[in-house]
Amino acid sequence: MMRAGLEHYLVVSFLLFSLGLLGVVARRNLLVVYMSLELMLNAANLALVAMSRFNGNLDGQVLVFFIITVAAAEVAVGLALIVALYRRRQSAHVEDLASLKL
Amino acid sequence: MMLQHIAWIVLFAPLAAAALIALATRRDDRLSAQISIAASAVAFAGSLILFLAFDRFELAWSWLNVGPLKVDLGFKFDALSGLMLLVVTGVGTAIHVYSFGYMQGDRSFARFFASMSLFMFSMLGIVVSNNLAQMFVFWELVGVSSYLLIGFWYERPAAADASKKAFIANRVGDFGFLLGILMVWGLLGTVRFDELEARLRTDPGAMGAAATVAGLLLFCGAVGKSAQFPLHVWLPDAMEGPTPVSALIHAATMVAAGVFMLCRVFFLLNVPDSSALPVIAWIGGGTGLLAALIAVQQDDIKRILAYSTLSQLGMMVMAVGLGGPGPAMYHLVTHAFFKALLFLGAGSVIHAMHHEQDIWKMGRLSQRLPVTCKTFLIGALALCGVPPFSGFYSKDAILAQGFEHNTWLFLLAVFTAWLTTFYMSRLVIVAFFGGPKSSGAEEAHESPGIMTSPLIFLAVPSVVAGIAGIPGRLSTQFGAAAEGAHGPAGFAALFEPFSHSPLPAFLGLLVFMLGVAAACSFYWGAKEDPLPSKLGWFARAMKDRFYFDEIYSALVRLTQETIATAAAWFDRWILSGLMVRGAHGTTELVGRALRLAQTGNLQTYALLLAFGVAWMLFYALVAR
Repeated sequence: MMRAGLEHYLVVSFLLFSLGLLGVVARRNLLVVYMSLELMLNAANLALVAMSRFNGNLDGQVLVFFIITVAAAEVAVGLALIVALYRRRQSAHVEDLASLKL
Repeated sequence: MMLQHIAWIVLFAPLAAAALIALATRRDDRLSAQISIAASAVAFAGSLILFLAFDRFELAWSWLNVGPLKVDLGFKFDALSGLMLLVVTGVGTAIHVYSFGYMQGDRSFARFFASMSLFMFSMLGIVVSNNLAQMFVFWELVGVSSYLLIGFWYERPAAADASKKAFIANRVGDFGFLLGILMVWGLLGTVRFDELEARLRTDPGAMGAAATVAGLLLFCGAVGKSAQFPLHVWLPDAMEGPTPVSALIHAATMVAAGVFMLCRVFFLLNVPDSSALPVIAWIGGGTGLLAALIAVQQDDIKRILAYSTLSQLGMMVMAVGLGGPGPAMYHLVTHAFFKALLFLGAGSVIHAMHHEQDIWKMGRLSQRLPVTCKTFLIGALALCGVPPFSGFYSKDAILAQGFEHNTWLFLLAVFTAWLTTFYMSRLVIVAFFGGPKSSGAEEAHESPGIMTSPLIFLAVPSVVAGIAGIPGRLSTQFGAAAEGAHGPAGFAALFEPFSHSPLPAFLGLLVFMLGVAAACSFYWGAKEDPLPSKLGWFARAMKDRFYFDEIYSALVRLTQETIATAAAWFDRWILSGLMVRGAHGTTELVGRALRLAQTGNLQTYALLLAFGVAWMLFYALVAR
């Protein structure tokens, strides 16, 4: 049986990141976009942890804790914004939020 | 105070008069005229004192000192400028007095005298310049005052046009003059005449091969101011000014400035490397012949005299070109007297005929205007070169110069002399003798004393200037070698030309007789000009001044329109089209293209951001 090497972790991380990006770019519901964003963050976390493990350096794991903390805070703020937006516009679809355009 | 400092009074009295009239007394016609006449007389008296007391001196006041360029406001007094001072102030004073009568009743009487005084100042400035830069400044001032005086009756379109034409033609020449001055300064490092002369005396080849170009550029100034071919067209038109102006500026003094300048810088032209002198001689001779031919078929009394002036100036320039500044200056001086006299006489005739200038409407004026007629005759005889009148001696000096140096130019000059006699005889016979040709001619009255006395005053030097020893005085300036060698004064000078160089002298007399005979046979008792029927198209060409004005205006129109079309094209397509509209168009186009990227859609921005990051990663990791 083959042991999982650094490459395998990185490939999984890349796939997760790509899926997340796809979700951000392609999904229409803001909540799902938000979840995809979390997925991209966790892909980065996975890469950091794997690197840390294989290089024998704990810096990466420390960084991951920070990221999780920041992500939690971000979720709190982001979800609040989405709820507020929904209350104002009665919609959580990205196509309806094109008022940035001139 | 030293006696020499009278010089400054001579120079600045007319300027003071001009300023005083312009600033204070403009409303008082009589007072203005008196101030102007007084200033002119003071200048004349001062010049006379200087002429009698000194041979040569030089005063200088440093005016401009920029690095290696040092320019003085100088007063150079020597035989050349001394004579010229006397001529300018003497003839000028006579003409000022005459103007007082002639301009009576003009509504800009004071302005006229202010301009005349300004002209006197400028002309004196040229005469006494001790360096080229000062000369150029006054040279331009003379151009300005000439412009003011030709266009004096500016409400007449012809006068306004003539003043502009004169100014522009002069500017063309002056531009060459300025280049010449710069070139001389660049080659020899100074603009002072005495330093230039000393420099060239020790090292005649100092200017090298550029000497010819420098000489011809300096000559350009004389071509403009002395109205030589091809810039001769302005002088006849300048006759639109008041007649005293024509006499003072366009016969006696300003147009002589070109010849004077050539004599002043003769040492620059006469260096071994330079071949400018033959060119000058031929242009002078050609102008002389051309103008004399045109004069034969003119009907306006002032225009005949104007072309005669051109012709005589051509003779002087030719003399300079033949290496004889002495004869040129000699003729300049005598010509100033008798041509001023002729113009003032013509003015008197015009005044008596109530501004009729066509000689074919005059006739038998000898009985109606006795003083004018007699003085005019004296002037005409002097111009034609009859001994003992002054013109004979100076013209003979030029002919002798030609005889010694260039046979072709000599023959050309003799032919011009014959033409001169012919057209002057034509003018005198038609205007003063024969039957009266109009009612105006029968009722003409002699002009008042204030106009006839200057005529008499000018008639005296017109007669005796030939035996007053002018060449002797000039020989101190140019040396006997360049002199043509008429020496003695007084009674001995009376027959000197016949012993010095008999052929030119007798030939001069012969062509005079031939000219008078020809004119008598054609014009005595004639009611209209018989020449056009005899000469056909040639007479018409002479009458139409050989179409120079037409050729020039066509040329100007052609070049101007070509340049204007090219400039318009450049402006429309390059400046306005490519550069102004191009910049605006490019910005707008790029803006429109970039606007497509701004969709307002969050996800597009996210995608673009991702692409950006991917591209930067690719650039940072792979492509490096």
